[in-house]
Amino acid sequence: MTTRTLQFKIYRYDPDKNDAPYMQDFTVEVNTVTDRKLLDVLVKLKAQDDSLSFRRSCREGICGSDAMNINGKNGLACLTDVATLKSPVVLRPLPGLPVIRDLIVDMTQFFKQYHSIKPYLINDTPPPERERLQSPEDREELNGLYECILCACCSTSCPSFWWNPDRFVGPAGLLNAYRFIADTRDEATNERLDNLNDPYRLFRCHTIMNCVDVCPKGLNPTKAIGKIKELMVRRAI
Amino acid sequence: MIKRKIFGASYGFGDWLMQRGTALIMALYATLILVVLAIVQPSTYLEWRSIFDNRIMAFLTFIYLVALFFHAWIGVRDIWMDYVKNAGVRLLLLMATLAATIGYTGWAVQILWRV
Repeated sequence: MTTRTLQFKIYRYDPDKNDAPYMQDFTVEVNTVTDRKLLDVLVKLKAQDDSLSFRRSCREGICGSDAMNINGKNGLACLTDVATLKSPVVLRPLPGLPVIRDLIVDMTQFFKQYHSIKPYLINDTPPPERERLQSPEDREELNGLYECILCACCSTSCPSFWWNPDRFVGPAGLLNAYRFIADTRDEATNERLDNLNDPYRLFRCHTIMNCVDVCPKGLNPTKAIGKIKELMVRRAI
Repeated sequence: MIKRKIFGASYGFGDWLMQRGTALIMALYATLILVVLAIVQPSTYLEWRSIFDNRIMAFLTFIYLVALFFHAWIGVRDIWMDYVKNAGVRLLLLMATLAATIGYTGWAVQILWRV
């Protein structure tokens, strides 16, 4: 068994007890065989100090609840290899969202934007007896879109979302908007494009591409946003 | 006054397309002026002046400047929208920006077509 000593600097804030947030130092012995992911180490730290708060659930990059700022870059603790981390590991909550406690942020604003794009299939024709079918080519277009787990890593790394979280839909919301625009079973393309034709909602994206850089699922919101703009051009000319 | 957030100012797409279009015009003009400068290789004031005494060149320069002012108007407006939260101050800055760009257009006409 090999061990490695890791230093941590973790953002701590409990609004009931602290006037202001502070960084707390931790030292932990990491077992390089069993403690593979950052989440494993966080669970160990929680055993050291049970007041340390963070969200986690599936521990395998599907639920998207343990998103945080790891050494300056947003990511999922459960998908981050401990071996790749430089000591001291600096952990902060996702930037730009209100902190509830320690590494837990209030995602209300993020989900409000997600709901604003109507993230569900709109089709008023009576459904066929079995299911609405798609050709393999049409289904292909949804790859790289439907995999989004709504962890908010992308939107909270986007300067446009930091500046206007109440008005700019953000990369996660726009990726999902295109997921339904691209779906051949959806009939509300025009309404969806109208919904985004606003100087803030879509056009605050200045292709900074932080979203692409941080997405733990390897998705490309910038590309999806480009396709929405392309559709608007095709509709207008 | 209601506090609800309202959306749907539908000029977003038009402005975005305009910014791309004007960028294209500016890129074409930049190429043209580099070619012209390489051919004429002006060193004196009169040689510089002769370039813009050409009517076509003066007209193309004017098109370029108008594209630049449209492009700058949209860009500067976006900056005010991002950083100035007070609606009254923002409106004042927007009007000042608009006045400046219209003023620059008039100034450009005066410079390019003065006798």
